[in-house]
Amino acid sequence: MRTRLFLLLFVMAGLVVAFAPLPVPAATPQAQTFRMEAGQFAYSPSELHVNPGDTVTIQLVSTDVVHGLYVDGYDISIEADPGQTMTLTFVADKPGSFRFRCNVTCGAMHPFMIGKLTVGTNNLLFRSVGLVALAVMGVIISIKQKT
Amino acid sequence: MAKIELTRGPFIKNALKSRYPQLAVFVIMLVGYIFAILAGLTGTPVGSRNFSIVFVWIAWWAILILVAVPFFGRGWCAVCPIPLPGEWLQRGSVLAPHDKRPKWLNLRVPKIFRNIWLQNISFLLLALFSSVLLTSPNITGIVLAVMLFGAIGLSTIFERRAFCRYLCPVGGFIGLYSQTAPIELRIKDKQVCATCEGKPCYNGSQAGYGCPWDVFPGGLTRNTYCGLCMECIRTCPHDNIAINLRPFSADLAKPSTRLDEAFKAFIMLGSAMIYAGVLLGPWGVLKDAAYNVGTNAWFIYAVIFLAIIFVILPGLFTLGILQTKSILPLKRRFASLATALIPIGLMFWVAFSLSFVLTNASYILAALSDPMGLGWNLFGTANAAWQPMLTSVLAPAQTLALVGGLIWSARTAQKAANEVKVSSIPVIVYCLIATLVMLWLLL
Repeated sequence: MRTRLFLLLFVMAGLVVAFAPLPVPAATPQAQTFRMEAGQFAYSPSELHVNPGDTVTIQLVSTDVVHGLYVDGYDISIEADPGQTMTLTFVADKPGSFRFRCNVTCGAMHPFMIGKLTVGTNNLLFRSVGLVALAVMGVIISIKQKT
Repeated sequence: MAKIELTRGPFIKNALKSRYPQLAVFVIMLVGYIFAILAGLTGTPVGSRNFSIVFVWIAWWAILILVAVPFFGRGWCAVCPIPLPGEWLQRGSVLAPHDKRPKWLNLRVPKIFRNIWLQNISFLLLALFSSVLLTSPNITGIVLAVMLFGAIGLSTIFERRAFCRYLCPVGGFIGLYSQTAPIELRIKDKQVCATCEGKPCYNGSQAGYGCPWDVFPGGLTRNTYCGLCMECIRTCPHDNIAINLRPFSADLAKPSTRLDEAFKAFIMLGSAMIYAGVLLGPWGVLKDAAYNVGTNAWFIYAVIFLAIIFVILPGLFTLGILQTKSILPLKRRFASLATALIPIGLMFWVAFSLSFVLTNASYILAALSDPMGLGWNLFGTANAAWQPMLTSVLAPAQTLALVGGLIWSARTAQKAANEVKVSSIPVIVYCLIATLVMLWLLL
Protein backbone atom coordinates (compact mmCIF):
# COMPACT_ATOMS: atom_id res chain seq x y z
CA MET A 1 0.00 0.00 0.00
CA ARG A 2 2.78 2.38 1.05
CA THR A 3 4.82 1.44 -2.04
CA ARG A 4 1.88 2.14 -4.32
CA LEU A 5 1.36 5.51 -2.65
CA PHE A 6 5.03 6.39 -3.23
CA LEU A 7 4.78 5.28 -6.84
CA LEU A 8 1.67 7.41 -7.36
CA LEU A 9 3.38 10.40 -5.76
CA PHE A 10 6.42 10.02 -7.98
CA VAL A 11 4.34 9.61 -11.12
CA MET A 12 2.39 12.76 -10.24
CA ALA A 13 5.59 14.65 -9.48
CA GLY A 14 6.97 13.41 -12.81
CA LEU A 15 3.91 14.71 -14.66
CA VAL A 16 4.30 18.10 -12.96
CA VAL A 17 7.98 18.27 -13.94
CA ALA A 18 7.20 17.21 -17.49
CA PHE A 19 4.17 19.36 -18.22
CA ALA A 20 3.79 22.22 -15.70
CA PRO A 21 3.78 25.58 -17.48
CA LEU A 22 6.91 27.60 -16.83
CA PRO A 23 7.15 31.38 -16.57
CA VAL A 24 8.25 32.91 -19.85
CA PRO A 25 10.86 35.70 -19.48
CA ALA A 26 9.28 38.88 -20.81
CA ALA A 27 11.94 39.90 -23.34
CA THR A 28 10.86 42.40 -25.97
CA PRO A 29 11.00 40.74 -29.39
CA GLN A 30 13.88 42.00 -31.46
CA ALA A 31 15.18 41.57 -34.96
CA GLN A 32 18.34 39.46 -34.94
CA THR A 33 20.54 38.92 -37.96
CA PHE A 34 23.24 36.25 -38.22
CA ARG A 35 25.77 35.82 -41.00
CA MET A 36 26.38 32.11 -41.18
CA GLU A 37 29.10 30.46 -43.23
CA ALA A 38 28.45 26.92 -44.45
CA GLY A 39 31.40 24.73 -45.47
CA GLN A 40 31.98 21.00 -45.58
CA PHE A 41 30.70 19.89 -43.01
CA ALA A 42 29.93 22.59 -40.47
CA TYR A 43 28.20 25.90 -39.96
CA SER A 44 29.90 28.91 -38.45
CA PRO A 45 28.48 29.95 -36.06
CA SER A 46 27.07 26.52 -35.34
CA GLU A 47 24.97 27.54 -32.35
CA LEU A 48 22.41 30.35 -32.35
CA HIS A 49 20.58 31.74 -29.31
CA VAL A 50 17.52 33.97 -29.75
CA ASN A 51 14.56 34.98 -27.62
CA PRO A 52 11.01 33.79 -28.25
CA GLY A 53 9.25 36.14 -30.62
CA ASP A 54 12.46 37.47 -32.18
CA THR A 55 12.50 37.96 -35.91
CA VAL A 56 15.52 35.95 -36.98
CA THR A 57 17.36 36.54 -40.22
CA ILE A 58 20.04 34.07 -41.28
CA GLN A 59 22.31 35.11 -44.14
CA LEU A 60 23.67 31.82 -45.37
CA VAL A 61 26.97 32.00 -47.25
CA SER A 62 28.39 28.84 -48.76
CA THR A 63 32.18 28.71 -48.81
CA ASP A 64 32.70 25.63 -50.98
CA VAL A 65 29.87 23.60 -52.56
CA VAL A 66 26.09 24.07 -52.54
CA HIS A 67 24.79 23.88 -49.00
CA GLY A 68 21.36 24.18 -47.49
CA LEU A 69 19.89 24.97 -44.11
CA TYR A 70 16.79 23.25 -42.79
CA VAL A 71 15.47 24.08 -39.32
CA ASP A 72 13.89 21.11 -37.49
CA GLY A 73 10.58 21.96 -35.85
CA TYR A 74 10.11 25.08 -37.97
CA ASP A 75 10.22 23.09 -41.21
CA ILE A 76 11.79 25.96 -43.20
CA SER A 77 14.82 25.88 -45.44
CA ILE A 78 17.08 27.70 -47.88
CA GLU A 79 19.88 26.73 -50.23
CA ALA A 80 22.98 28.70 -51.12
CA ASP A 81 25.33 28.28 -54.09
CA PRO A 82 29.05 28.82 -53.47
CA GLY A 83 29.80 32.49 -52.92
CA GLN A 84 26.13 33.39 -52.96
CA THR A 85 24.31 34.75 -49.91
CA MET A 86 20.78 33.54 -49.32
CA THR A 87 18.55 34.93 -46.62
CA LEU A 88 16.08 33.11 -44.42
CA THR A 89 13.80 35.16 -42.17
CA PHE A 90 11.36 33.74 -39.65
CA VAL A 91 9.74 34.57 -36.35
CA ALA A 92 11.13 32.35 -33.58
CA ASP A 93 7.72 31.63 -32.12
CA LYS A 94 8.46 28.09 -30.91
CA PRO A 95 10.62 27.98 -27.79
CA GLY A 96 13.11 25.21 -27.24
CA SER A 97 16.17 23.71 -28.84
CA PHE A 98 16.19 22.75 -32.51
CA ARG A 99 18.78 21.22 -34.77
CA PHE A 100 19.39 22.85 -38.13
CA ARG A 101 21.03 20.81 -40.82
CA CYS A 102 22.18 20.82 -44.42
CA ASN A 103 19.41 19.71 -46.76
CA VAL A 104 21.47 19.53 -49.97
CA THR A 105 23.75 16.53 -50.40
CA CYS A 106 27.11 18.24 -50.07
CA GLY A 107 29.59 15.40 -49.58
CA ALA A 108 30.31 12.35 -47.49
CA MET A 109 29.57 13.80 -44.05
CA HIS A 110 26.49 15.68 -45.28
CA PRO A 111 24.03 13.80 -43.00
CA PHE A 112 25.99 15.05 -40.00
CA MET A 113 26.31 18.73 -41.01
CA ILE A 114 24.31 19.97 -38.08
CA GLY A 115 23.93 23.13 -35.98
CA LYS A 116 21.78 24.10 -33.03
CA LEU A 117 19.19 26.87 -32.59
CA THR A 118 18.00 27.64 -29.08
CA VAL A 119 14.91 29.81 -28.74
CA GLY A 120 14.67 31.11 -25.16
CA THR A 121 15.62 28.46 -22.66
CA ASN A 122 15.98 24.80 -23.51
CA ASN A 123 13.12 23.84 -21.23
CA LEU A 124 13.01 20.23 -22.40
CA LEU A 125 16.57 19.75 -21.19
CA PHE A 126 15.75 21.21 -17.77
CA ARG A 127 12.56 19.17 -17.52
CA SER A 128 14.51 16.06 -18.50
CA VAL A 129 17.10 16.78 -15.81
CA GLY A 130 14.24 17.13 -13.33
CA LEU A 131 12.74 13.83 -14.45
CA VAL A 132 16.10 12.10 -14.19
CA ALA A 133 16.66 13.47 -10.67
CA LEU A 134 13.17 12.41 -9.65
CA ALA A 135 13.66 8.93 -11.10
CA VAL A 136 16.92 8.42 -9.23
CA MET A 137 15.38 9.74 -6.03
CA GLY A 138 12.50 7.30 -6.41
CA VAL A 139 14.79 4.34 -6.95
CA ILE A 140 17.03 5.26 -4.03
CA ILE A 141 14.03 5.68 -1.70
CA SER A 142 12.70 2.30 -2.79
CA ILE A 143 16.12 0.74 -2.08
CA LYS A 144 16.28 2.37 1.37
CA GLN A 145 12.78 1.12 2.12
CA LYS A 146 13.76 -2.45 1.32
CA THR A 147 16.97 -2.42 3.38
CA MET B 1 5.23 -12.41 -14.93
CA ALA B 2 5.53 -16.11 -15.65
CA LYS B 3 7.18 -17.39 -18.79
CA ILE B 4 5.00 -18.25 -21.75
CA GLU B 5 6.24 -21.05 -23.98
CA LEU B 6 5.80 -19.87 -27.55
CA THR B 7 6.79 -23.24 -29.02
CA ARG B 8 3.87 -24.98 -27.32
CA GLY B 9 1.72 -24.22 -30.36
CA PRO B 10 2.30 -26.61 -33.25
CA PHE B 11 2.39 -23.82 -35.85
CA ILE B 12 5.39 -22.02 -34.34
CA LYS B 13 7.15 -25.24 -33.39
CA ASN B 14 6.79 -26.75 -36.86
CA ALA B 15 7.84 -23.50 -38.51
CA LEU B 16 11.02 -23.48 -36.40
CA LYS B 17 11.73 -27.19 -36.80
CA SER B 18 11.46 -27.08 -40.56
CA ARG B 19 14.55 -25.72 -42.29
CA TYR B 20 12.67 -24.28 -45.23
CA PRO B 21 11.15 -21.08 -43.72
CA GLN B 22 14.54 -20.12 -42.26
CA LEU B 23 16.29 -20.98 -45.53
CA ALA B 24 13.85 -18.75 -47.44
CA VAL B 25 14.66 -15.81 -45.16
CA PHE B 26 18.38 -16.62 -45.31
CA VAL B 27 18.37 -16.58 -49.11
CA ILE B 28 16.59 -13.21 -49.24
CA MET B 29 19.03 -11.79 -46.69
CA LEU B 30 22.04 -13.20 -48.51
CA VAL B 31 20.89 -11.75 -51.82
CA GLY B 32 20.36 -8.37 -50.11
CA TYR B 33 23.77 -8.60 -48.45
CA ILE B 34 25.61 -9.42 -51.67
CA PHE B 35 23.70 -6.65 -53.44
CA ALA B 36 24.78 -4.24 -50.68
CA ILE B 37 28.41 -5.22 -51.30
CA LEU B 38 28.04 -4.74 -55.06
CA ALA B 39 26.20 -1.42 -54.65
CA GLY B 40 28.87 -0.22 -52.26
CA LEU B 41 31.74 -1.17 -54.55
CA THR B 42 30.25 -0.23 -57.91
CA GLY B 43 27.38 2.18 -57.22
CA THR B 44 27.35 5.93 -56.75
CA PRO B 45 29.82 7.31 -54.22
CA VAL B 46 27.04 9.53 -52.86
CA GLY B 47 26.12 7.75 -49.63
CA SER B 48 22.56 9.04 -49.36
CA ARG B 49 21.84 7.64 -52.84
CA ASN B 50 23.54 4.26 -52.44
CA PHE B 51 21.74 1.09 -51.31
CA SER B 52 24.69 -0.02 -49.20
CA ILE B 53 24.65 3.07 -46.99
CA VAL B 54 20.90 3.65 -46.91
CA PHE B 55 19.85 0.05 -46.36
CA VAL B 56 22.67 -0.99 -44.07
CA TRP B 57 23.20 2.07 -41.89
CA ILE B 58 19.68 3.50 -41.90
CA ALA B 59 17.12 0.73 -42.59
CA TRP B 60 18.94 -2.28 -41.11
CA TRP B 61 20.37 -0.30 -38.22
CA ALA B 62 16.92 1.09 -37.33
CA ILE B 63 15.36 -2.38 -37.35
CA LEU B 64 18.28 -3.84 -35.40
CA ILE B 65 18.59 -1.33 -32.58
CA LEU B 66 15.00 -0.13 -32.27
CA VAL B 67 13.17 -3.43 -32.74
CA ALA B 68 15.25 -6.60 -33.15
CA VAL B 69 17.63 -6.30 -30.20
CA PRO B 70 15.22 -4.84 -27.60
CA PHE B 71 12.39 -7.25 -28.41
CA PHE B 72 13.99 -10.31 -30.01
CA GLY B 73 17.51 -10.32 -28.56
CA ARG B 74 19.63 -12.30 -30.98
CA GLY B 75 16.72 -12.46 -33.44
CA TRP B 76 18.91 -10.84 -36.07
CA CYS B 77 21.57 -13.55 -35.65
CA ALA B 78 18.84 -16.10 -36.43
CA VAL B 79 18.53 -14.71 -39.96
CA CYS B 80 21.95 -13.07 -40.51
CA PRO B 81 23.40 -14.13 -43.87
CA ILE B 82 27.08 -13.59 -43.01
CA PRO B 83 27.87 -17.10 -41.69
CA LEU B 84 25.82 -18.91 -44.34
CA PRO B 85 28.26 -19.51 -47.22
CA GLY B 86 30.98 -20.54 -44.76
CA GLU B 87 28.63 -22.83 -42.92
CA TRP B 88 27.40 -24.46 -46.14
CA LEU B 89 31.02 -24.99 -47.16
CA GLN B 90 31.94 -26.32 -43.72
CA ARG B 91 29.05 -28.79 -43.74
CA GLY B 92 29.20 -29.64 -47.40
CA SER B 93 25.46 -29.23 -47.38
CA VAL B 94 22.83 -26.50 -47.49
CA LEU B 95 20.03 -28.26 -45.66
CA ALA B 96 19.91 -31.59 -43.85
CA PRO B 97 23.06 -33.20 -42.44
CA HIS B 98 23.72 -36.22 -44.62
CA ASP B 99 27.34 -36.68 -43.69
CA LYS B 100 28.90 -35.68 -40.37
CA ARG B 101 32.54 -36.12 -41.39
CA PRO B 102 34.42 -32.81 -41.21
CA LYS B 103 35.10 -31.33 -44.65
CA TRP B 104 37.81 -28.92 -43.54
CA LEU B 105 40.27 -28.47 -40.69
CA ASN B 106 37.50 -28.36 -38.08
CA LEU B 107 39.85 -27.10 -35.34
CA ARG B 108 38.67 -25.94 -31.97
CA VAL B 109 39.15 -22.20 -31.39
CA PRO B 110 42.16 -21.78 -29.04
CA LYS B 111 41.12 -21.19 -25.45
CA ILE B 112 42.78 -17.79 -25.29
CA PHE B 113 40.29 -16.52 -27.89
CA ARG B 114 37.20 -18.09 -26.36
CA ASN B 115 35.82 -14.82 -25.01
CA ILE B 116 34.56 -11.58 -26.55
CA TRP B 117 37.79 -9.57 -26.46
CA LEU B 118 38.23 -10.07 -30.22
CA GLN B 119 34.67 -8.83 -30.72
CA ASN B 120 35.45 -5.83 -28.53
CA ILE B 121 38.49 -5.07 -30.68
CA SER B 122 36.69 -5.62 -33.99
CA PHE B 123 33.86 -3.31 -32.89
CA LEU B 124 36.33 -0.62 -31.80
CA LEU B 125 38.19 -0.90 -35.11
CA LEU B 126 34.98 -0.15 -36.96
CA ALA B 127 33.98 2.49 -34.42
CA LEU B 128 37.20 4.45 -34.91
CA PHE B 129 36.52 4.60 -38.65
CA SER B 130 32.77 4.95 -38.31
CA SER B 131 32.48 8.43 -39.83
CA VAL B 132 34.02 7.11 -43.05
CA LEU B 133 32.24 3.76 -42.83
CA LEU B 134 28.79 5.33 -42.35
CA THR B 135 29.17 7.74 -45.24
CA SER B 136 31.35 6.04 -47.89
CA PRO B 137 29.65 3.30 -49.92
CA ASN B 138 32.92 1.71 -51.07
CA ILE B 139 34.21 1.41 -47.51
CA THR B 140 30.89 -0.10 -46.40
CA GLY B 141 31.09 -2.52 -49.36
CA ILE B 142 34.65 -3.52 -48.42
CA VAL B 143 33.77 -4.05 -44.75
CA LEU B 144 30.71 -6.16 -45.64
CA ALA B 145 32.82 -8.24 -48.03
CA VAL B 146 35.60 -8.68 -45.45
CA MET B 147 33.04 -9.91 -42.92
CA LEU B 148 31.55 -12.37 -45.41
CA PHE B 149 34.92 -13.76 -46.53
CA GLY B 150 36.27 -13.66 -42.99
CA ALA B 151 33.38 -15.85 -41.89
CA ILE B 152 34.03 -18.22 -44.81
CA GLY B 153 37.73 -18.41 -43.99
CA LEU B 154 37.16 -19.10 -40.31
CA SER B 155 34.58 -21.78 -41.18
CA THR B 156 37.22 -23.69 -43.09
CA ILE B 157 39.70 -23.53 -40.22
CA PHE B 158 37.61 -23.77 -37.08
CA GLU B 159 34.59 -25.82 -36.12
CA ARG B 160 31.09 -24.31 -35.83
CA ARG B 161 30.45 -20.57 -36.25
CA ALA B 162 33.77 -19.22 -34.96
CA PHE B 163 33.22 -15.86 -36.69
CA CYS B 164 29.82 -15.25 -35.11
CA ARG B 165 30.87 -16.41 -31.68
CA TYR B 166 34.28 -14.79 -31.35
CA LEU B 167 34.87 -12.13 -34.01
CA CYS B 168 31.70 -10.52 -35.36
CA PRO B 169 31.72 -6.84 -34.28
CA VAL B 170 27.93 -6.70 -34.34
CA GLY B 171 27.32 -10.04 -32.65
CA GLY B 172 29.23 -8.93 -29.57
CA PHE B 173 26.91 -6.11 -28.65
CA ILE B 174 23.79 -7.95 -29.80
CA GLY B 175 24.76 -10.68 -27.34
CA LEU B 176 25.28 -8.18 -24.55
CA TYR B 177 21.94 -6.44 -25.08
CA SER B 178 20.03 -9.65 -25.89
CA GLN B 179 19.99 -10.27 -22.15
CA THR B 180 17.39 -7.53 -21.84
CA ALA B 181 15.04 -9.04 -24.45
CA PRO B 182 11.74 -10.67 -23.52
CA ILE B 183 12.58 -13.77 -25.61
CA GLU B 184 14.75 -16.71 -24.65
CA LEU B 185 15.64 -20.21 -25.80
CA ARG B 186 15.89 -22.55 -22.83
CA ILE B 187 15.46 -26.19 -21.92
CA LYS B 188 12.23 -27.27 -20.28
CA ASP B 189 13.56 -29.89 -17.86
CA LYS B 190 17.18 -30.07 -16.66
CA GLN B 191 16.86 -33.72 -15.68
CA VAL B 192 16.02 -34.69 -19.25
CA CYS B 193 19.27 -33.10 -20.49
CA ALA B 194 21.30 -34.66 -17.69
CA THR B 195 20.23 -38.15 -18.69
CA CYS B 196 20.18 -37.58 -22.46
CA GLU B 197 22.62 -39.87 -24.25
CA GLY B 198 24.95 -38.43 -26.85
CA LYS B 199 23.78 -34.85 -26.28
CA PRO B 200 22.69 -34.41 -29.92
CA CYS B 201 21.89 -30.73 -29.30
CA TYR B 202 25.63 -30.14 -28.89
CA ASN B 203 27.11 -32.97 -30.94
CA GLY B 204 24.56 -33.20 -33.75
CA SER B 205 22.56 -36.12 -35.08
CA GLN B 206 20.73 -37.25 -38.19
CA ALA B 207 18.10 -34.65 -37.33
CA GLY B 208 20.46 -31.68 -37.37
CA TYR B 209 23.80 -30.13 -36.53
CA GLY B 210 25.43 -29.71 -33.13
CA CYS B 211 25.07 -26.21 -31.75
CA PRO B 212 26.80 -23.89 -34.27
CA TRP B 213 27.40 -21.42 -31.42
CA ASP B 214 29.33 -23.96 -29.34
CA VAL B 215 26.79 -23.80 -26.55
CA PHE B 216 25.32 -26.74 -24.66
CA PRO B 217 21.65 -25.74 -24.46
CA GLY B 218 21.23 -27.71 -21.25
CA GLY B 219 23.48 -25.19 -19.52
CA LEU B 220 21.94 -22.02 -20.97
CA THR B 221 21.16 -19.40 -18.36
CA ARG B 222 21.64 -16.26 -20.46
CA ASN B 223 20.88 -15.19 -24.02
CA THR B 224 24.40 -13.82 -24.62
CA TYR B 225 25.83 -16.68 -26.65
CA CYS B 226 22.73 -18.38 -28.03
CA GLY B 227 22.33 -17.34 -31.67
CA LEU B 228 18.71 -18.55 -31.91
CA CYS B 229 19.68 -20.67 -34.92
CA MET B 230 17.02 -23.21 -33.81
CA GLU B 231 19.30 -26.17 -34.52
CA CYS B 232 18.81 -27.61 -31.01
CA ILE B 233 15.04 -27.53 -31.45
CA ARG B 234 15.58 -29.79 -34.46
CA THR B 235 18.04 -32.15 -32.82
CA CYS B 236 16.56 -32.59 -29.35
CA PRO B 237 15.05 -36.09 -29.31
CA HIS B 238 13.03 -35.30 -26.17
CA ASP B 239 11.29 -32.13 -27.32
CA ASN B 240 12.96 -30.44 -24.36
CA ILE B 241 13.84 -27.07 -25.95
CA ALA B 242 11.46 -24.13 -25.81
CA ILE B 243 11.29 -20.54 -26.97
CA ASN B 244 9.80 -18.55 -24.12
CA LEU B 245 8.31 -15.12 -23.71
CA ARG B 246 9.60 -13.73 -20.43
CA PRO B 247 9.95 -10.40 -18.54
CA PHE B 248 12.41 -7.86 -19.95
CA SER B 249 16.02 -8.16 -18.73
CA ALA B 250 15.45 -11.46 -16.93
CA ASP B 251 19.08 -12.46 -17.57
CA LEU B 252 20.42 -9.41 -15.73
CA ALA B 253 19.16 -10.67 -12.36
CA LYS B 254 22.29 -12.83 -12.27
CA PRO B 255 25.15 -10.43 -13.08
CA SER B 256 28.11 -11.41 -15.22
CA THR B 257 31.52 -11.98 -13.66
CA ARG B 258 33.51 -11.60 -16.85
CA LEU B 259 35.76 -8.63 -17.61
CA ASP B 260 35.38 -8.97 -21.40
CA GLU B 261 31.61 -8.55 -21.04
CA ALA B 262 32.04 -5.68 -18.56
CA PHE B 263 34.28 -3.84 -21.02
CA LYS B 264 31.80 -4.51 -23.81
CA ALA B 265 29.27 -2.57 -21.71
CA PHE B 266 31.72 0.35 -21.38
CA ILE B 267 32.59 0.24 -25.08
CA MET B 268 28.94 0.45 -26.07
CA LEU B 269 28.08 3.13 -23.52
CA GLY B 270 31.08 5.26 -24.46
CA SER B 271 30.58 4.84 -28.21
CA ALA B 272 26.96 5.98 -28.00
CA MET B 273 27.99 9.11 -26.08
CA ILE B 274 30.89 9.88 -28.43
CA TYR B 275 28.72 9.43 -31.53
CA ALA B 276 26.01 11.65 -30.05
CA GLY B 277 28.60 14.40 -29.60
CA VAL B 278 30.57 13.93 -32.80
CA LEU B 279 27.89 13.00 -35.33
CA LEU B 280 24.81 14.76 -33.97
CA GLY B 281 26.43 17.71 -32.22
CA PRO B 282 27.08 21.15 -33.72
CA TRP B 283 30.88 20.94 -33.46
CA GLY B 284 32.42 20.84 -36.93
CA VAL B 285 35.95 20.37 -35.64
CA LEU B 286 34.99 17.00 -34.13
CA LYS B 287 33.39 15.83 -37.38
CA ASP B 288 36.49 16.88 -39.32
CA ALA B 289 38.75 14.99 -36.94
CA ALA B 290 36.59 11.84 -37.05
CA TYR B 291 36.30 11.85 -40.83
CA ASN B 292 39.85 12.69 -41.91
CA VAL B 293 41.40 9.32 -41.16
CA GLY B 294 45.19 9.34 -40.96
CA THR B 295 45.55 13.03 -40.11
CA ASN B 296 46.93 14.30 -36.81
CA ALA B 297 43.43 15.39 -35.82
CA TRP B 298 42.12 11.87 -36.40
CA PHE B 299 44.91 10.34 -34.30
CA ILE B 300 44.03 12.72 -31.47
CA TYR B 301 40.36 11.79 -31.92
CA ALA B 302 41.23 8.07 -31.83
CA VAL B 303 43.33 8.47 -28.69
CA ILE B 304 40.55 10.44 -26.96
CA PHE B 305 37.96 7.89 -28.14
CA LEU B 306 39.96 4.99 -26.67
CA ALA B 307 40.82 6.95 -23.53
CA ILE B 308 37.14 7.66 -22.85
CA ILE B 309 36.26 3.99 -23.29
CA PHE B 310 39.19 2.29 -21.60
CA VAL B 311 40.32 4.86 -19.04
CA ILE B 312 37.82 7.59 -18.20
CA LEU B 313 34.53 5.66 -18.09
CA PRO B 314 35.86 2.51 -16.36
CA GLY B 315 38.14 4.67 -14.18
CA LEU B 316 35.28 6.78 -12.84
CA PHE B 317 33.22 3.63 -12.38
CA THR B 318 36.04 2.01 -10.40
CA LEU B 319 36.43 5.13 -8.26
CA GLY B 320 32.73 4.90 -7.49
CA ILE B 321 32.72 1.24 -6.51
CA LEU B 322 35.91 1.68 -4.47
CA GLN B 323 33.66 3.52 -2.03
CA THR B 324 31.69 0.32 -1.45
CA LYS B 325 32.87 -2.16 1.13
CA SER B 326 32.98 -5.83 0.23
CA ILE B 327 34.99 -8.95 0.83
CA LEU B 328 34.86 -9.68 -2.89
CA PRO B 329 37.83 -8.63 -5.02
CA LEU B 330 37.51 -5.37 -6.93
CA LYS B 331 37.69 -7.19 -10.29
CA ARG B 332 34.63 -9.27 -9.41
CA ARG B 333 32.69 -6.25 -8.17
CA PHE B 334 33.67 -4.29 -11.28
CA ALA B 335 32.47 -7.03 -13.64
CA SER B 336 29.24 -7.71 -11.79
CA LEU B 337 28.24 -4.10 -11.21
CA ALA B 338 28.97 -3.21 -14.85
CA THR B 339 25.89 -5.32 -15.66
CA ALA B 340 23.91 -2.24 -14.63
CA LEU B 341 25.31 -0.39 -17.65
CA ILE B 342 23.56 -2.74 -20.09
CA PRO B 343 20.04 -1.21 -20.01
CA ILE B 344 21.33 2.36 -20.01
CA GLY B 345 23.70 1.55 -22.88
CA LEU B 346 20.90 0.05 -24.94
CA MET B 347 18.71 3.09 -24.31
CA PHE B 348 21.57 5.46 -25.20
CA TRP B 349 21.80 3.67 -28.55
CA VAL B 350 18.03 3.85 -28.99
CA ALA B 351 18.05 7.61 -28.29
CA PHE B 352 21.01 8.21 -30.61
CA SER B 353 19.56 6.04 -33.37
CA LEU B 354 16.12 7.67 -33.20
CA SER B 355 17.67 10.98 -34.19
CA PHE B 356 19.89 9.53 -36.89
CA VAL B 357 17.23 7.25 -38.35
CA LEU B 358 14.22 9.60 -38.29
CA THR B 359 16.25 12.35 -39.92
CA ASN B 360 17.51 10.17 -42.73
CA ALA B 361 14.75 7.59 -43.23
CA SER B 362 13.33 9.42 -46.24
CA TYR B 363 16.45 8.43 -48.20
CA ILE B 364 15.13 4.84 -48.19
CA LEU B 365 12.43 5.64 -50.75
CA ALA B 366 14.90 7.13 -53.21
CA ALA B 367 17.44 4.33 -52.73
CA LEU B 368 14.74 1.71 -53.22
CA SER B 369 14.01 3.03 -56.70
CA ASP B 370 17.61 3.75 -57.62
CA PRO B 371 19.76 1.53 -55.40
CA MET B 372 23.03 2.05 -57.27
CA GLY B 373 22.49 5.73 -58.02
CA LEU B 374 22.56 5.02 -61.75
CA GLY B 375 19.49 7.02 -62.67
CA TRP B 376 16.97 4.17 -62.38
CA ASN B 377 13.45 4.77 -61.13
CA LEU B 378 12.12 1.28 -60.37
CA PHE B 379 9.20 2.28 -58.15
CA GLY B 380 8.78 5.92 -59.15
CA THR B 381 10.30 7.18 -55.90
CA ALA B 382 13.84 7.93 -57.10
CA ASN B 383 13.28 11.66 -56.78
CA ALA B 384 11.57 11.56 -53.39
CA ALA B 385 12.63 14.67 -51.51
CA TRP B 386 14.58 14.44 -48.27
CA GLN B 387 12.34 15.20 -45.35
CA PRO B 388 13.08 14.56 -41.68
CA MET B 389 10.36 12.54 -39.97
CA LEU B 390 8.60 13.16 -36.64
CA THR B 391 10.92 15.97 -35.58
CA SER B 392 8.34 17.23 -33.06
CA VAL B 393 8.30 13.96 -31.11
CA LEU B 394 11.98 13.13 -31.47
CA ALA B 395 13.29 14.97 -28.40
CA PRO B 396 10.49 13.80 -26.06
CA ALA B 397 11.00 10.23 -27.32
CA GLN B 398 14.74 10.50 -26.64
CA THR B 399 14.03 11.85 -23.16
CA LEU B 400 11.69 8.96 -22.44
CA ALA B 401 14.28 6.45 -23.64
CA LEU B 402 17.03 7.99 -21.51
CA VAL B 403 14.94 8.40 -18.35
CA GLY B 404 13.52 4.89 -18.81
CA GLY B 405 17.03 3.52 -19.34
CA LEU B 406 18.24 5.19 -16.15
CA ILE B 407 15.41 3.72 -14.06
CA TRP B 408 16.00 0.32 -15.67
CA SER B 409 19.72 0.51 -14.94
CA ALA B 410 19.15 1.67 -11.38
CA ARG B 411 16.94 -1.36 -10.75
CA THR B 412 19.56 -3.60 -12.37
CA ALA B 413 22.28 -2.00 -10.25
CA GLN B 414 20.25 -2.78 -7.17
CA LYS B 415 20.02 -6.47 -8.13
CA ALA B 416 23.71 -6.69 -9.07
CA ALA B 417 24.71 -4.94 -5.85
CA ASN B 418 22.64 -7.41 -3.84
CA GLU B 419 24.47 -10.28 -5.55
CA VAL B 420 27.91 -8.92 -4.63
CA LYS B 421 26.63 -7.52 -1.32
CA VAL B 422 27.60 -3.87 -1.79
CA SER B 423 25.71 -0.59 -2.03
CA SER B 424 24.23 0.21 -5.42
CA ILE B 425 24.29 3.98 -4.86
CA PRO B 426 27.70 4.69 -6.53
CA VAL B 427 26.59 2.80 -9.65
CA ILE B 428 23.25 4.63 -9.74
CA VAL B 429 25.04 7.98 -9.39
CA TYR B 430 27.39 6.94 -12.22
CA CYS B 431 24.42 6.11 -14.44
CA LEU B 432 22.79 9.42 -13.48
CA ILE B 433 25.86 11.41 -14.53
CA ALA B 434 26.15 9.48 -17.82
CA THR B 435 22.46 10.13 -18.53
CA LEU B 436 22.82 13.86 -17.82
CA VAL B 437 25.74 14.04 -20.27
CA MET B 438 23.73 12.18 -22.91
CA LEU B 439 20.72 14.46 -22.39
CA TRP B 440 22.95 17.49 -22.82
CA LEU B 441 24.43 16.03 -26.01
CA LEU B 442 21.12 15.11 -27.60
CA LEU B 443 18.67 17.82 -26.51
